[in-house]
Amino acid sequence: MNTLVLVEHDNSSVNDATLAVVTAAAQMGDVTALVAGHDCGGAAEAAAKIAGVSKVLKADDAAYAAGLAENVAPLAAGIMADYDAFLAPATTSGKNIAPRVAAHLDVMQISDILSVEGDKTFTRPIYAGNAIATVQSSDAKLVITVRGTAFEKAATEGGSAAIEDASGPGDAGTSSFVSREVAKSERPELTAAKVIVSGGRALKDGETFESVINPLADKLGAAIGASRAAVDAGYVPNDYQVGQTGKIVAPEVYIAIGISGAIQHLAGMKDSKVIIAINKDEDAPIFQVADIGLVADLFNAVPELTNAL
Amino acid sequence: MKILVPVKRVIDYNVKPRVKADGSGVDLANVKMSMNPFDEIAVEEAIRIKEAGKAEEIIAVSVGPAKAQETLRTALAMGADRAILVETDEEIEPLAVAKILKAIAEEEQPGLVLLGKQSISDDSNQTGQMLAALMGRPQGTFANTVEVDGDAVVVKREIDGGLETVKLTMPAIVTTDLRLNEPRYASLPNIMKAKKKQLDAKTPADYGVDIAPRLTTTNVSEPPVRQAGEKVEDVAALVEKIKALGIA
Ligand SMILES: Cc1cc2nc3c(=O)[nH]c(=O)nc-3n(C[C@H](O)[C@H](O)[C@H](O)COP(=O)(O)OP(=O)(O)OC[C@H]3O[C@@H](n4cnc5c(N)ncnc54)[C@H](O)[C@@H]3O)c2cc1C
Ligand SMILES: Nc1ncnc2c1ncn2[C@@H]1O[C@H](COP(=O)(O)O)[C@@H](O)[C@H]1O
Repeated sequence: MNTLVLVEHDNSSVNDATLAVVTAAAQMGDVTALVAGHDCGGAAEAAAKIAGVSKVLKADDAAYAAGLAENVAPLAAGIMADYDAFLAPATTSGKNIAPRVAAHLDVMQISDILSVEGDKTFTRPIYAGNAIATVQSSDAKLVITVRGTAFEKAATEGGSAAIEDASGPGDAGTSSFVSREVAKSERPELTAAKVIVSGGRALKDGETFESVINPLADKLGAAIGASRAAVDAGYVPNDYQVGQTGKIVAPEVYIAIGISGAIQHLAGMKDSKVIIAINKDEDAPIFQVADIGLVADLFNAVPELTNAL
Repeated sequence: MKILVPVKRVIDYNVKPRVKADGSGVDLANVKMSMNPFDEIAVEEAIRIKEAGKAEEIIAVSVGPAKAQETLRTALAMGADRAILVETDEEIEPLAVAKILKAIAEEEQPGLVLLGKQSISDDSNQTGQMLAALMGRPQGTFANTVEVDGDAVVVKREIDGGLETVKLTMPAIVTTDLRLNEPRYASLPNIMKAKKKQLDAKTPADYGVDIAPRLTTTNVSEPPVRQAGEKVEDVAALVEKIKALGIA
C-alpha cells in the first residue's frame, strides 16, 4: 500500500506529532511525506531524514503558508490519485484538514486511530475512550488521523528520501489567514512532556494557579496542563486543556491537582504511565485511576511538596 | 441571512457509557440522551447572531431516529425558528450526514452553517469539515469567537498552540469549541412555544443521499481498566514516592 503522510511543520522544522503518523503509516506500507507550506525547504529536508520516509513531496506556494484547509485539502486530494491512504496527525491542524480530504475523495475518515489491525482495519476510541471500536473500511482509499500517544515516534535521523516538487490548485480564494496568537514557553510541550502538572477548578484564579502550580512544574521540568473548568474560568489559555475534547497526553508522570476526574478529563490522560492525584475529597473519581493519591488541601500540600523536592 | 444548525442526539455527557457484553456496541437502552453539548453552543451562537440583528432565521436540523425530535424541540425552545428532522434508524456516518446537510443547504441557502466540533458519542470531528468541502466553502473550525462582518465572518479558532484568526467569505461553515459561549437554558414559556413551531419530517431518500455505511464496526470493547493505586498518608510520603520515580 502507498501511503501519504501530511507533515505538520513550521516551514523550517517538522512537528513531533508527524513522527507517530510515520510509524503508523509504515505499518501499512510505503511512506511518502507531504510538506505543504511556503519557503518550506527546511521542513522538507527534515522530513526527508525521518526514518521510514521513502519520498518527500514539497508543495511550496504562498497559498499553503498558513496551512489553510481550503487550500491544502484539494492539493492532498489531487496527489491521492497515486496513493491508497492519507494519514494526518490528530492535532487541531490534522483534524481541520483530513476530513476535507476525505470528502473530496468521497470516503469516510477513520479518526484518531490507536492501532493498525490489518489492511483496512483499525482500532479507535469512542465515547471519550470509554469504548474501543474495531472498524473496517470498505472505501477504495483510506483517510485516517492518528493519535500521537498510541504510536512510537519515528526517528528524526536515518532516512534519506528524495524530495520532489508537487503542486495543486493553490488558493481557493474563500478564506484568508489573519493572525495567530501563540504563546512561547520555555516549558516542554504538553503532548511531548515526560512530566505534566495539571490544575483544576480548585486553583481559584489565574494568579493562584500560577503561584501554586508553576513552582512545582519548574522543579520537575514539567509541562503544565489543566482541566476544562480551569480553562473556562480563564486561569490558563485554552491550549492547556487536557481531555476528550482537548489534548491527549500520556507522559511518564501526570500529577492532577484539584481536578475531580470527570470522564472527559480522564479521556485525555488515563494512558499516562504513573498518575498522581492531590485532592481534598477522598471520594473524587480521580483516585480511581491514580497510582498514588494524597487526600489533602492543595494549598498546604503543594507548596510543602515543592519545597521538599 | 439564514443560519443552519445541525444538532445531534447523543448519550448525555454525565452518563458513563457501558460496553455491551457481546462486543456489538455501547448500551443505549434506557440511557439519558441529550443534545450534543457542542451543538448547544452552536444553537446559542446562532441565537446571539440573530439577536444582534445579523440573521433572520435559524433552522435546526437533525439526522437520526424519531426521538431526535426531542433534540430539535430543545433547539426550538432555546430560540431556533423551525426544524427539520431527517429520519432514519440506521447508524449514520459523518460523510452521509454532510451530504444530507449539503442538500438542505442548497434548498435553504444559509449564510452560515454552525455545527459542533465533535459529537461526544463517535468523537469523529469530521462533519463540518466534510460539509465545507462538499459545498466548496470555507470553514472556521473550533471557534472561540465568531464575528459576522458584512459578507464575511471572522473566526478566532482554538488551535494546539493557542489561537488563530481566519476570515471567511460567506456562505461559510463554522464549528464550535467550548469557549465560544455558555448556552442558555430554555424557559418554560419557550418550551411551550416550541411545541407549536414548525418541524418538517424528511428522510435521507428525500435528498437522494445514499447512507450505506462505509465503515463496519466489527467489535466494541472496554478499554483496559486502570486499577486504583494506594493513598499516601502525607506530603513526606508523597515526596519519597516521587523521588523513587526518578523525576526529582
Ligand atoms: C462536551 C464536553 C467536553 C468536555 N471536555 C473536557 C476536556 O477535554 N477536559 C476536561 O478536563 N474536561 C472536559 N469537560 C468538563 C468535565 O465534564 C468537567 O466538568 C471538568 O473536567 C471538571 O474540571 P475540574 O475537575 O477542574 O473541576 P471540578 O469537577 O469542580 O473539581 C474540582 C476538584 O477540586 C477539589 N478541590 C477543591 N478545593 C480543593 C483544595 N483546596 N485542595 C484539594 N482539592 C480541592 C474538589 O474536591 C474537586 O474534586 C467537558 C465537558 C463537556 C460537556
Ligand atoms: N446525525 C446528525 N444530525 C445532525 N447533526 C449532526 C449529526 N452528526 C453530526 N452532526 C453535526 O456535526 C458535528 C460534528 O459531529 P462529528 O463529525 O460526528 O463529530 C456535530 O456536533 C453536529 O453539529
